[in-house]
Amino acid sequence: MDLSILGYQFMQNAILAAFLGGVACATIGVFVVLMGMSFIGVCLSHAAFAGALLGVLLGFDPLLGAFLFSLGTAAIIGPLASRGELNLDTSIGVLFSLMLGLAFIFMGLMSGPKTEMLGLLWGSILTVSRTDLLLLGIVSAAVVGLVLLFYKEIQAVIFNREIALAVGIPAGFILYGILFLTGSTITVSLSPIGGLLIFSLIINPAAAAYQLTYSLKKMFLLSAIFGVVSGWIGLLASYLFDVPSGAAIIVASSLIFGVATLFSPKRKVKRWKAKDEPSRVL
Amino acid sequence: MNDSIVKIERAVVSYREDVALRDVSLEVKRGEFLGVIGPNGAGKTTLLTLINGLGKLLQGHVWVLGQSISRGSVNGIRKKIGYVSQLQNIDPRMPINVREVVMVGRYGQLGLFRRPIKRDHDIVDRTLELVGMSHLASRPIGHLSGGEQQRVAIARALTQEPEMFLLDEPTASLDWRAQRELLELIKIIHEYQHLTTLFVTHDLNALPDICDRVILMKNGVIWGQGKPREMLRTDILSQLYDAPILIQEHQGKQVFLKAS
Repeated sequence: MDLSILGYQFMQNAILAAFLGGVACATIGVFVVLMGMSFIGVCLSHAAFAGALLGVLLGFDPLLGAFLFSLGTAAIIGPLASRGELNLDTSIGVLFSLMLGLAFIFMGLMSGPKTEMLGLLWGSILTVSRTDLLLLGIVSAAVVGLVLLFYKEIQAVIFNREIALAVGIPAGFILYGILFLTGSTITVSLSPIGGLLIFSLIINPAAAAYQLTYSLKKMFLLSAIFGVVSGWIGLLASYLFDVPSGAAIIVASSLIFGVATLFSPKRKVKRWKAKDEPSRVL
Repeated sequence: MNDSIVKIERAVVSYREDVALRDVSLEVKRGEFLGVIGPNGAGKTTLLTLINGLGKLLQGHVWVLGQSISRGSVNGIRKKIGYVSQLQNIDPRMPINVREVVMVGRYGQLGLFRRPIKRDHDIVDRTLELVGMSHLASRPIGHLSGGEQQRVAIARALTQEPEMFLLDEPTASLDWRAQRELLELIKIIHEYQHLTTLFVTHDLNALPDICDRVILMKNGVIWGQGKPREMLRTDILSQLYDAPILIQEHQGKQVFLKAS
C-alpha cells in the first residue's frame, strides 16, 4: 500500500479533523444514546444545515448561521424537554420538519452553482480548512473538559433527571449544557462531516460502546475510540476505493456498531441447567 | 414554627385546567411519621412535590426546614430531603452500578466542582450495609429486582443525611415479601435516624403501623386527619375511596379488604 499520501498537508489535516470530530461527536453521542435524545440530534443537525444554507444565501459566514440555528433550536427544545410539557417527540418532529422545509426553501432561492450547499450536505473532510480545524479543536476540548468537570452531575442526570433534581443537582442547567454542547459540536462538524451524515457519527460509536460495557466511564472512552477509528478507517477506505469520505466514515461506524452488537456481553443469555430449576412444593 | 419542620398555608397547585391541590394547609412536626392516603388523583404526590420544591405553587406559602420555598432556597432545601418515588423502569443495560446510584445522593451535598472523598465513600458503604445491599454494590442497577432497586433508592436518599424523608408509593408494584421487608426497613430507618417521614400510598395495607398521624386526601383537599385508630375506620375509608372497605384484625394488625 502506498502511504506517501500521508505526507500531504490536506491528508494530515483530514486525519486530525477525523480525530477531533470523532472525539467530540462520539462523546456527545453518549448523552444522546443514554438520555434517549436521538431525535433531538437529528433535529439539531438539520437546524445547523438550514442555518448554514441561510448564511450561503445571504452572504454571511455559513458557520455563524449554523451556530445560531442549532443553538436557537436547542433553546426551544430545552424547556420542552426539561418541563415535560407538550409531547416532546411531537414538538421536535414539528421543529425538525420546519428546519427541513427552511433548508429546501433556502436551496430553492439560491441561484447559480450549488457546490457550497452540497459541500454542507455531504461534508468534505479532505478539504478541511485551518479555521475548521481550530474550531473543531476548541469544541472537542470543551466537550471533553466539561464532561470531566461535571462528570458526577452528568452521571446523575443521565441516570434519572427527576432524582438528580431531588438531591439538589441543578439538572436543568446540566441538560441545557448538554444541548448547547450538542448544537456546538454539530455546527463545527458540519463542514468536514456534512449535515446529513454527522448524526451517524454521533449515534453509532456511542451505541456500539453501549453494547460493550456497564461502566459509564468506559462507555465515554470506548465511544471516543470508536469515533476516531471510524473516521480513520473511513478516510483510508475513501482513499483506497475512491468513495466519498463522509459516507465511508459513516459506513465504518455502522460496521463497528454491528460487530459490537454481535459480540455484546449484554445480549448473552445465561444457559439454563436442570439444577437451576426452583424446587417445587406442589 | 418551633418544632414544625413543614408548614403549608392555603396552597393551591394547578396543572393547566386541573386543580391538583385546593387551599391545602398542613403542619408537620419534627420527628413525626405521617401517612398520606387517598384514591388516585387525590393530590398526594403533589403534596410531596410542594415540600421538595418540585411542584409549582399557584397560591399560598410553603415553609420547609424553617425556610420559605423560593427559587433561591429550593436547591439548598432539597439537599436535606431524601426523596424516594415508586419503582422506576430502569433499562437493564444502563451503565451505572448500585454503588454509583447510591453515591448520587452525596452529589447534591458536595456541590459543583467537588469530587467524593473518603468520607463520602464511607457513608455510601455504611448505608449500603444498612439496607442490606453491600453484596450487590458492583451490580448494574438495572439487573436488580424491584425490591432491591427500592432498597437502593432508600440508600441513595439516606446518603444525603436528610432531615426529612419523603416516600411516594415506595412499595407500589412490589411483591408481598418485598413490600413487607421494605416497610420494616423504613420503620427502622425512621426510628434510628430520628427522621421526619411522609409516606404516601393509595394502598391501605402498605401503610406502616408506626404512623403518628394519617392525612386523608380526596379531590385535592385534606379530607380528614387524625390518629390512625380514629381515621382508619370502615365508614370513613369507604367514603374516602367511594368503595365499601372492610377491616379485619390479624395478629394484632389491621388488614384492609375491598368488600364485593
